[in-house]
Amino acid sequence: MRVFYHIGRYFLLLNRVFSKPEKGVIYRNRFFEEVNSLGIGSLGIVAIISVFMGAVITIQAAFGFESPWIPLYAVGLATRDSIVLEFSPAIVSLILAGKVGSSIAGEIGTMRVTEQIDAMEIMGVNSAAYLILPKILAFMFILPFLIILSMFLAMIGGLIFGVFTNAVTPHQFLYGIQYDFRPYNVLYALIKVIVFAFIITSVASYHGYYTKGGALEVGRSSTKAVVYSSIVLLFFDLLLTQLLLA
Amino acid sequence: MIEVRNLSKNFGEKQVLKDFSFRFEQGKPNLIIGESGTGKSVLLKCMVGLLELDAGEVLYDGVDFLRMNFKEKKHIRREIGMLFQGGALFDSMTVEENVVFPLSLFTDKSEAEKKDRANSCLQRVNLVNINKLYPSEISGGMKKRVAIARAISMEPKYLFCDEPNSGLDPKTSILIDELINDLTHELNITTVVITHDMNSVLEIGDNIAFLYKGEKCWEGNKTEILHTDNKTLNDFVYATKFLKNFKDKLGK
Repeated sequence: MRVFYHIGRYFLLLNRVFSKPEKGVIYRNRFFEEVNSLGIGSLGIVAIISVFMGAVITIQAAFGFESPWIPLYAVGLATRDSIVLEFSPAIVSLILAGKVGSSIAGEIGTMRVTEQIDAMEIMGVNSAAYLILPKILAFMFILPFLIILSMFLAMIGGLIFGVFTNAVTPHQFLYGIQYDFRPYNVLYALIKVIVFAFIITSVASYHGYYTKGGALEVGRSSTKAVVYSSIVLLFFDLLLTQLLLA
Repeated sequence: MIEVRNLSKNFGEKQVLKDFSFRFEQGKPNLIIGESGTGKSVLLKCMVGLLELDAGEVLYDGVDFLRMNFKEKKHIRREIGMLFQGGALFDSMTVEENVVFPLSLFTDKSEAEKKDRANSCLQRVNLVNINKLYPSEISGGMKKRVAIARAISMEPKYLFCDEPNSGLDPKTSILIDELINDLTHELNITTVVITHDMNSVLEIGDNIAFLYKGEKCWEGNKTEILHTDNKTLNDFVYATKFLKNFKDKLGK
């Protein structure tokens, strides 16, 4: 029954998060700060993972399609669909749930145990809105761009390593990634990503905001934030796939 | 003036505050003293609304804080300044940004006016040339003074200080005590100080309540506290060798 307690408290927190801000201009500045910290700060890891995963997917596809009956451009096609439908939106989001989620829970948790959140409340500031709302909005805004970049880099990685390992020719790969392209798949991926961004930031913020104790509990909150946001993210991945693709 | 009436607070089975009543007078430092774990910080948090009470009233200039609606509570909170035990400065902001923070959220002052106000508050607590430093780059005593500057930046009517000199050397402790005392008189505010430091008690204790096991067992001022016949209080006051020797000499 403890799960209902947490769900209820999570929605009560969201109610406070989405209440009217004290001063719009402050929140606007905080939004851009968070875009920089959560989004731009994740560029490196997204780029590295995407290039290598794109390469691995291409090599695996080429390995699986070693048949005279399957045209080689299918490697590009399979790579594209794997990247657009699942790898970039879901796997990159899961990795970011680890990076961004633990950072948010750690930051807010530390503010809680060092009484910085209490200090805000005493001043009459809605600490939940001030701390959490810009993070949620900023990540919902920047994550789709990161994922589009991830898709692009993963395909570049697939092309480079596919050609380098003689798995596919550049012409066949490029033909494959353009073959029967459905723009709706990208839209589906972006819808998923916006939902994932909300889940990662709100679940991590919830765990950070209700941290009690000291440094040890801040660490525990960070771990919980990553575990629970990943589980919820996977559940919504399944749900949205069923709703949008089936 | 703040008046607390019959305040009680439990954590589960454990009763932390029992029927506590006290008048915190305006223009005077009002001290809550007692051993560690007697409920001093809980009392403070109940008074500012960070913890919910189980029973009792907290009257800010005659108006019950608990009966106020959300807007009224928000309004009162803007008249409250608070100094936390560890300073509670925002790590991600510079000293100046910390002091400017409440001004940015709740006033329409221009950037220049906010900076001027921050500078005058920092100067008032004897801090200069540290505006651009982060809290991690300054000492514990400086952090407390920055926290005081932030607390007074909105010209509060009520100032709450939770163990303002914990973790500080005796000289800095005295500086902080003097600062709190001077600001209280200068601004004519109601100041509530939680402490177990006898130096502070003897320095600024104009109105004192002694808390023991969650109950108020004595009230008076810094002169009366040295001549009380309350045994529990005497055990607390004369716990240090220095004061015990002082008392013995007086007795002789």
